[in-house]
Amino acid sequence: MRAVDAVMECLKAEGVEVVFGYPGGANLPTYDAFVDAGIRHVLVRHEQGGGHAAEGYARATGKVGVCLATSGPGATNLVTSITNAMMDSTPVVYLTGQVRTELLGTDGFQEADMLGITMPVVKHSFLIQHPLEIPRAIHEAFHIARTGRPGPVVVDMPQDLSRAEIPYEPVMDVHLPGYQPTTEGNQKQIRQAAKALASARRPVVYAGGGVVNANAAEELTALVRADRFPVTLTLMGLGAYPAPDPQFLGMLGMHGTRAANYAIDEADLVCCVGARFDDRVTGKLDEFAPRAKFIHIDVDPAEISKNVPAHIPIVGDAKQILAKLVAEYRALKADSSRLEEWWQRIDQWRERHPLAYADSSDSEIKPQYMIEALHEATGGDCVVTSDVGQHQMWVAQYFPFTNPREWVNSGGLGTMGFGLPAAVGAAVGRPDKTVVCVTGDGSVQMNIQELATCATDGIPVKVLIMNNGYLGMVRQWQELFWDRRYSQVGMGTWPDFAKLAEAYGCTGMRCEDKTTLVEDIRRALETPGPVVVDVRVTQEENVYPMIAPGAPARDMVG
Amino acid sequence: MGEPGTKELLSLEDLEATSRHRTGRKHTLSILVENKPGVLTRIAGLFARRGFNLDTLTVGPTDDERISRITLTLDGALHPIDQVTKQLHKLVNVLKIRDLEPSETVARELAMFKLAADGTARAEVMQICEIFRGKVVDVTKKSITVEVTGTTDKIAAFERMVRPFGLVEMMRTGEIAISRGRGET
Repeated sequence: MRAVDAVMECLKAEGVEVVFGYPGGANLPTYDAFVDAGIRHVLVRHEQGGGHAAEGYARATGKVGVCLATSGPGATNLVTSITNAMMDSTPVVYLTGQVRTELLGTDGFQEADMLGITMPVVKHSFLIQHPLEIPRAIHEAFHIARTGRPGPVVVDMPQDLSRAEIPYEPVMDVHLPGYQPTTEGNQKQIRQAAKALASARRPVVYAGGGVVNANAAEELTALVRADRFPVTLTLMGLGAYPAPDPQFLGMLGMHGTRAANYAIDEADLVCCVGARFDDRVTGKLDEFAPRAKFIHIDVDPAEISKNVPAHIPIVGDAKQILAKLVAEYRALKADSSRLEEWWQRIDQWRERHPLAYADSSDSEIKPQYMIEALHEATGGDCVVTSDVGQHQMWVAQYFPFTNPREWVNSGGLGTMGFGLPAAVGAAVGRPDKTVVCVTGDGSVQMNIQELATCATDGIPVKVLIMNNGYLGMVRQWQELFWDRRYSQVGMGTWPDFAKLAEAYGCTGMRCEDKTTLVEDIRRALETPGPVVVDVRVTQEENVYPMIAPGAPARDMVG
Repeated sequence: MGEPGTKELLSLEDLEATSRHRTGRKHTLSILVENKPGVLTRIAGLFARRGFNLDTLTVGPTDDERISRITLTLDGALHPIDQVTKQLHKLVNVLKIRDLEPSETVARELAMFKLAADGTARAEVMQICEIFRGKVVDVTKKSITVEVTGTTDKIAAFERMVRPFGLVEMMRTGEIAISRGRGET
């Protein structure tokens, strides 16, 4: 059969039900194979949208996302998505077309050195040099993307090789001698960690996206509840522990709660699970948790002691390690009363510094209220995707996520334009769920063309635009750190998003009145098909509290 | 120490942080990689974007044609070596990394020196060359080219000796290293 038909067989063998992509010259053979393959293909309107849709699909389902693009510009349009998937450890396989082998290196039409361009931002990549390599490369790509610390894998397929005839035999096993991720975790270290936890007077569990990736939310919850451990989550980790629970301190970091940041600041032991001490979490690194010893559980050994030196490093799969850690901890029968004083201190912080904002006294919609209204209208039962900026932080602060994989955002790279296509992917992957994209009037326009994908394919994404007429987060920084000298942050009043939505074949709505907001959102959720709600919110509102960049956590402002 | 009912299982005070320290000496990493296109770029790119500085890097075949060996040296005063090796290990094409112990390793480098030495100077150069067990590989009326093999220190010493004679050019291969004894590197 043709190599591309073998690719389809490989995709099916990997359990792929849907791919996101965009055809072009160099991947014509692949698209020909799709005609008979029986795999759903979602035609996006821009390759970047395809990449983010595959990411959104992967994050919301836990499966490997698949994205296709042609050579040259098609492939380079994927670079942002690939980098985003790398930063947020999302398993996506990118299949890109490449010019015919005889044209490689000649600056042929639509030729771009995709392997070279993406090398710094992939977990791994393959340039196919012989058609016989193709089936194995596809399976290896899935294996690498899915296992260990998940990430993006690129398979670049020259057009002539992809349509070559090959004898196809199913590939049953993948053997990569240079790739053997550790999963189990060292038992002695786990025991040591349990003892450290039992000895700690001021412990904090700090968990991140790795817990979600490892499907270890249940095990994390078990650890936290094995005693009265306070727990905080990173932006990527939200949902890994139910936010309404009293042991949850809120998110930590730049826009985290005071309770979480102060607890870390005074902790004697920090148990980090599947997080990487990112600068948005630590603030000034030298003064991060200055009194604490660190347990660091991560599947990627290179994360251990990269930013903060670990005292008890445990490399492996969080799900397995946490389960063992819980068992070891329970066996120690530690006395919870040792944490009494610690909780008194934490509760003091919580009482004194709750997350709060000054609500309007008229019909004006405060952006924070918009998120609360969304929670009220949905009852929390939905997948929320977001773009990047103020609205993203307000969702993180004011939407109490209770389950993993219901919060999909761009954390590490901070990619504006992620939210809408990610919602497309999430909605395709989770047809049982309401999928809401909370976005800004800036972000949404970076991939707004995907509304056409939604309308054409009947993907019922609900888009809530937090419209303040500004690039809000940049404006906030200019206000706070650049003497309010606003430079290129005003977005004006165009487009009319409701009309634009209608033009794209979606339902368009606008809301400017606080008193009807919950009802309006409900109406949007009940309206079949894709809906865009243009919510006009307070123009100049800041995200607080905040750790100024490079400042220590205890110096939170606002 | 401790409150009633709580057994003090270990003292947090006594826990020591792992790694991240700088050794302060030169490290020689011997790396086996799959002989696939782009492997060297992946390694060079990793060093560039993580801000690791290479001192020398050599690549050559091994007895297995599917596998190449990369030997590189870097300064342990500038980088936490364990972070370097852990990042390298993440590359799928990297099969094995050894941070060679200086005392357990034979390391050699080849260097060629082109010197503007004639007349009596030439005799002196040849004498120094003999002491360093070097070899004259080319002679013209106005120059002499010498080949020297040895450790990086020996080559540096040779350079210091012959530089006054008029060093036209120097070429060094970078170090290769093999472990002492029967075991594989």
